[in-house]
Formats: sequence, C-alpha cells, structure tokens
Amino acid sequence: MADGARRNPLFRNLTAKLAAVPMVLTALVVFAGGTVWTVVYSFTSSKLLPKLKWVGLDQYERLWGASRWLVAIENLLIYGVLSLVLTISIGFMLAVLLDQKIRFEDTFRTIMLYPFALSFIVTGLVWQWLLNPEFGVPSVIKAMGWESFELDLLHDPKIVLYGLLVAGLWQGTGFVMCIMLAGLRGIDEDIWKACRVDGIPRWKTYLFVIVPMMRPVFITTLVIVASGIVKLYDLVVAQTSGGPGNASQVPAMYVYDYMFQAQNLGQGFAASSMMLVSVLIVLIPWAYLEFGGRKRG
Amino acid sequence: MLYGTLFIVCIYYILPLWVMVMTSLKGMPEIRVGNIFAPPVEITFEPWVKAWSEACTGLNCDGLSRGFWNSVRILVPSVILSIAVASVNGYALVNWRFKGADVFFTILIFGSFIPYQVMLYPIVILLREMGIYGTLSGLVLVHTIFGMPILTLLFRNYFSSLPEELFKAARVDGAGFWAIYFRIMLPMSMPIFVVAVILQVTGIWNDFLFGVVFTKPDIYPMTVQLNNIVNSVQGVKEYNVNMAATLLTGLVPLTIYFISGKLFVRGIAAGAVKG
Amino acid sequence: MHSISVKELTLNFGAVSVLKDLNLDVAEGEFIVLLGPSGCGKSTLLNCLAGLLDITDGEIWIKGKNVTWAEPSERGIGMVFQSYALYPQMTVRGNLSFGLKNARMPQAEIDKRVARAAEILQIGPLLDRKPGALSGGQRQRVAIGRALVRDVDVFLFDEPLSNLDAKLRSELRVEIKRLHSRLNNTMVYVTHDQIEALTLADRIAVMRGGIIQQLDAPQVIYNRPANLFVAGFIGSPAMNFLHGATVDGGRRFEAGGIGLSLEGYEGGAVGARPEVVLGLRPEHLEIVPGAEEGRTIPAVVELDEPMGADSLVWLKAGGAQMSVRVPVERRMARGAAVHLRVDMTKASLFDAATEQRI
Repeated sequence: MADGARRNPLFRNLTAKLAAVPMVLTALVVFAGGTVWTVVYSFTSSKLLPKLKWVGLDQYERLWGASRWLVAIENLLIYGVLSLVLTISIGFMLAVLLDQKIRFEDTFRTIMLYPFALSFIVTGLVWQWLLNPEFGVPSVIKAMGWESFELDLLHDPKIVLYGLLVAGLWQGTGFVMCIMLAGLRGIDEDIWKACRVDGIPRWKTYLFVIVPMMRPVFITTLVIVASGIVKLYDLVVAQTSGGPGNASQVPAMYVYDYMFQAQNLGQGFAASSMMLVSVLIVLIPWAYLEFGGRKRG
Repeated sequence: MLYGTLFIVCIYYILPLWVMVMTSLKGMPEIRVGNIFAPPVEITFEPWVKAWSEACTGLNCDGLSRGFWNSVRILVPSVILSIAVASVNGYALVNWRFKGADVFFTILIFGSFIPYQVMLYPIVILLREMGIYGTLSGLVLVHTIFGMPILTLLFRNYFSSLPEELFKAARVDGAGFWAIYFRIMLPMSMPIFVVAVILQVTGIWNDFLFGVVFTKPDIYPMTVQLNNIVNSVQGVKEYNVNMAATLLTGLVPLTIYFISGKLFVRGIAAGAVKG
Repeated sequence: MHSISVKELTLNFGAVSVLKDLNLDVAEGEFIVLLGPSGCGKSTLLNCLAGLLDITDGEIWIKGKNVTWAEPSERGIGMVFQSYALYPQMTVRGNLSFGLKNARMPQAEIDKRVARAAEILQIGPLLDRKPGALSGGQRQRVAIGRALVRDVDVFLFDEPLSNLDAKLRSELRVEIKRLHSRLNNTMVYVTHDQIEALTLADRIAVMRGGIIQQLDAPQVIYNRPANLFVAGFIGSPAMNFLHGATVDGGRRFEAGGIGLSLEGYEGGAVGARPEVVLGLRPEHLEIVPGAEEGRTIPAVVELDEPMGADSLVWLKAGGAQMSVRVPVERRMARGAAVHLRVDMTKASLFDAATEQRI
C-alpha cells in the first residue's frame, strides 16, 4: 500500500467500525429507536397489538384520569423525595463516620454494603417477613411488654410506603456511603491541614468546606439514585405486590400491567412515556450542568 | 460514641440476614410461638431441602432448583457476551476513534438512564422478529444490550488510563485492531475484567424485570421463581421455606460479594464516577 | 533522493489548525531534531510521519515512496517513545520480536536480529526479564532496540530521554549519538531540551504554532537566529534584547540614551529603521571599566550568580535587564557602575514589527 492513494475514508479503520456495530445498533435501534417508537405509539389506540391508529392525547387523558395512575405518581413522588433525601444524607453521614480513620473500616463497610449485592426481590421478601404483623418485629415488640403497639407497615394503606422505604434504605444507603467515601478520600489532605491550622471545627469543615467541594459527587449520586427510583419495580412486586389494594402502586407497575397483562398497549406506552418525561426532568438539568458547563469552561 | 453509633447502624444492616438464617433453620411450630430474632431451639434443614426441590410456584412444585439452573444458563452466556462486546466497544472508543463514535457513546450513556419500561415493548417486537422472544438467547441479548452502557463506560475509562504510547508502539509494530486487543490490551486489563464480571454476575443474577418480560415460565430465572413461590397465595405460608428460598437466591451474589471485597466496591465506584 | 520528504503538510483538529503547510526534507543519514515549546506541533509532526495521525492535506514521502496513507508498519520506520511504551506482559525478547512476528518473519531471522540488537545496546543479559524489572535507562535501551530490530532506515524519537534523570539522560544522549554514527540511518528526534538538540542534531528545526521557524545547523541556529522567537528560545540564559532604532542611515543603534556603532554587524547595511530589537548573547558581552565611544553600554550590577564553571552577572542597562557571562573568579559588587562592551560581529538585529532578522 505504498501508492499514496488516499483510501475512501469510510474504509479507514474498517475493523474498528465493524467491531463497533453492536454498540451503534444498540444506541440507535434499541435506545434511541425504541424510545421514539414507544413515544410515537403512545398516541395510538393500540390494544393487543401496536397499531398506528392515531388518537391524539386520548391515552394521556385516560392516564391522568385513572385513579390507579394518580396513586402511583403520588407514591413515586413521596417515596422518591423521602428516599432521595434520606439515602443521600444517611449515606453521607455513614461515609463521614467511616472516614474518621477508624479501625475495622473494611468490616463496617462490608456490613453496610452487602444488601446492595442482593436482588430487590430478596430485599422485598426479607422485609415482608420482618414486618409481618403476626410474627415479625411488631410482634416481638409486643411480646416485650408494649401491649398496645400496633404497626403494620405492610397492610395499612396509609403507611405502606414507609415499609417500602425502610427496605429501600436498607439496600441503597450502603451504595451511597461507598460513593461518598470515595469522594471524601479524593479530597486533598492539605485542605484538612489548612482548616486545622485555621482552627475550624471538624463539623464545620465538613459542612462548609468538604460538602461544597464534593458537589459533583453529590450531583452524580443524586442522578443515579433518582433514576433508580423511577425504575422502582422489583421491590414493590416482592414486598407488597402493589397492595394493599392499590396503595403501594408505582408507575413501573402500571406500565407492566397494561403492557403485558391488560393488553392495553397504548395505555402502557403513554404511562412509560410519562416515566421518560420524569427522568428527563432530572436528567436534562444535570446534563446541562455537567456537559454544557464543561464545554464552555 | 463513634463506635457505638457504628455498632447500632450495623445491627440494622445485619439483622435481616440474621433473621433470614434463623427463620430458615426453624420448624413452623417454633416460628409460630417464638421470637423471630431468637436462634432455633431445634435446628432443622428441612426448609432448605424443601425450598430447593419441593416448593410450589403455582405452576409446578419442583422448588427453586429449576430457577437456579435457569439463572446459571442465562448468566454464563450473558456475562461473557456482554463483557466481550463492551470491552471491544471501550477499546474502539479510546484507541480507534472514528467520526460519530462519541455520539453513539453519549446516546448509550443517556440510554442507561431511560426507564427500561420505555424500551421493553420495542425490544419484544425486535426479539419476536428475530424469532428469539421468550427464549434464553433472547434474554441473553437483552442483558448484553442493557449491560452495555455501564460496561462500555467502565472499559472506556480503564483503557484511556493506559498509556496511549503503548498503542502507538503496537501499531508501529504492525499489529492490527484485534492483535492489539488480544495481545496488548487484554493481558493488561485483567483487574478491570474481574470488576466487570462481578458487576455483571450480581446484576444479571438479581434481575427480575427482564426475566419476567422476556422469558416463559419454564425458563424463568431464580428471582422470578422465588417471587412466585413466596407470593403465591395457595396453601399455608411456610415462612421457614420462604426464607430458605430467599437465602438460596441471595447466596450467589453474596458469595461473590464477600469473596471479591474491594473489587466490588471498585465496580460500584466505576459506575458512579463518570469519565 | 531524500530520506524523508514532507510536502505542504496540513493537519487540522476540527477548527484548530495544528500544522500549517509544512515542508521538510531530510537527507539520508541525517539527524534532524524538532525543537520547540510544548504545543508547538513537534510531536504531532512526528506522529504524522509515523502514520499514527491522519493528516488533513499534503504528502509524506519516505525513501522515495509516497506513504501518506500507508499504515505505520508499512512505512519503514522505527519509533521510540517518551514513556518507553514497552509491553508490560512480555519479556524483553518478546517486546523486541513482537513487530517481527506480526510481519510473519521466520523465527531464525527474528532470533538473529534480536541477538544483534541486544549486542549493539548491551541488553543481552536482560532478554528474559519483564520490563517491570528494568531500570529507566534499561527500558529506554529496550525501546531503542525495538526500533533497531525492524532494520529500517528511519528512526523516530519522541522525547525519548525526558523521563530519565539528568545523569542518565546525558549518558543515553551520548549513546544515541554513537548509535547514529554506527548505523548511519536517518533520525528524526523530538525534544524540548535545547542541549539535546544542540548536541545531537545535524540540523535543528525550531517550531512554533505548527510552523517551522528555522531549519539549520545548530551553530547557525544559535549564532544567527532567523527571528525573535528562535533567538529567545535558544540559549540559556536567554539572549539579551534591547529595543531601539537604527539611525544615521543604519550605521548606529540607539536606545534609551545609549548609542552603539553597527560596524561589523554581519547583516551588512541595515538602513534606518524606527523600531528594531538588538539581540546580544550573554557570552558576547564583556564587562569593562571605562566607556568606549560607540562600543559600550553603561550598566549597573544588580546580582551575580556563580554557576560553577562560570558566573552570570545581571545588570541594568539601557532601560533593560541584561545578563553577562563572566569567569567565575570575577565577583561583582552590587550597585557597581560598569560598562558592557558589545561584540557587534556576533550580535543579531531584528525588525520589531516583523520579528525577522535584518
């Protein structure tokens, strides 16, 4: 190949391009294509099979008129906000505790993180058993002499969400703790020394120096945790099956039921498109901050 | 004070595991009268045997063993395929940049935040068209697709941390795309492959949604079968069997977790820290 | 026939132009050093020669063949990298023979070449070790060996000594020079270290902003820099600059109340120019006690820096700070008023606007 002829640029690095075909297909066909497809079909009256019969916003009107969907959205909001605030703040506090140059750090971390290795199904079922009103923790408390104690986190529609929350926190805080700990370890030792020389108390250093420095870590964690919350499904299926009644429904469950059980695809598509919107609400500002800012800087 | 707080926190984390183990070793009569935290008076392995080979899902009564082997059959090819594809992606992205590569990568990363529910049905159609809907290969493909963003990111970040001059030297030495990948990059990247395996084994083993959507009952993975066993409404609830089954399902990721230790943490950090 | 010939090479990264219409001819057996500050495009040019970067426009010829679009391994080049770039999982022998194996060379020939390279570079005893077990100097020898076994006519060096400590660097510098005189092949060597450039090169190409500023023998570059940039970049301490004007039809230089006769300036008649820069190297100035009309500048000593072999005196003169190299025994008192005698035959004069040598 010493003729000096310029090869068709399309064929340069041909092997590399061929090797990237799976990625390109996944990105374009499945991720981009699939998303667009679902959104498009959410404007149709598809029932058992997807059909391009346009009905405008009908599916969305029905969706927002369905009490089950409204409950699901309300649950997601309450659960989401509480879970977000609690996982991140608890995770951070645990990370700070572990950051105090303690002994057995590895042991503590191993204990706090192991739930994260488990399936949501396992988590859900364990906590279903722990919260069992007849034999679980409530009965133990009663047996210890507090006769009037009544706490049924699984069968009382008003508080069932907190039952999910306890399980969700059990599984998720370790993960956040780990990321936060990595973030804390990434902070220059000299910052600590400087603050000690200036005589700033430790708690103040954490609050006013370290936390602002860890802003990117917090934001990333926030995005990861939030997008996980929107997907919340397995845990609910295992722990409460959406019950009692529809009290612990979540959007992901609504989508699954309409798509694969009730054979009302259009409803499922509309609901999943709404899920997409909710993720975008989180994602777009983040992407703007993360990437838009970087390009300018 | 510090250790006290940590100790109490740890109890919260350990208790469920403790209760799981204790419950699974008790007989039903003891569960009915006793305290769930109390260790068994009389240890019995009956619930474990039952969970493994006799528990009913509503469809059949051959226990979790079927789900276990299904999960293994899903797991092995999924882990291999997804890691192979993603590592090649990462390598191509770092060392063989071509026009538009970064666009596809960005779509991939954003795709990982899109709720799966949005993409479920189009994938059902794709798999049906390919004739592998409801089969093992279909599910393997799905795991490969959804494992791709995080793994590609993982490998991309790792490969870009390797000195670029090494790649240049290999090109001057006349090595092509695959020769460099297999002879230079692979041998240098064993730690990250281990991290990827840990990530994928736990992730795929713990999957529930894809298992339900893309397979049929006779090839349901373990998690789906576990849920069906525990949440099936027929008959008397056998809590000890349920907990044994739950433990059995959690055993694979837990084993991986306790063996891998720091590498598991590294896998998590790799997922969280964007490149 | 030129060993390497670069014709109107242009390289753009998106909207950024990294190399602009660059021409470079390298004779057979010549040692060319590409020298410049970081970001000047010298390493980029080397990567283009190696085929590791696709160029935007132009042609590259090596050994009479147009290799503009050839693969790196097809160009007949060997390359040595700053970070050595040894394959960590292979032994030294594996590193040396990897390229030959890729070219499907018979094993006997591979062994022969590896043995020869090991002999030249004296790394025979290291052949079965892994790079991790070698010192920095040994690693760089192996990296050179990897280029050597390819038995090619063109060697490309990308800052090969930058990762070594000062002592090893000067040792290996001598070794590279010895290697060149033994093999007598063409070498293109990128560095930001002017000592390396001045000691090794047959010709130096000083680069800035993707453009070759001057391409000449080291002595010419040093003594007759083509423009202000080259003048300021080469030489340590840097050349002294006096901003002023040429008057009297170009016979005199005036700045801040001082006047110097331009008699003897090698550029000949320079004409009257309102804005020029006079460049004087520290070793071309002499501290004298008394003024000499048209040949000296009054100065005040600010500081002296003994540097071992000689000493550097910093002075204030003609409104600028200047340095003069003097024998180390000669200590100067701070604040002493002295005069600097200028050797005009070795001075450089630049047009302040175009920055070019007059």
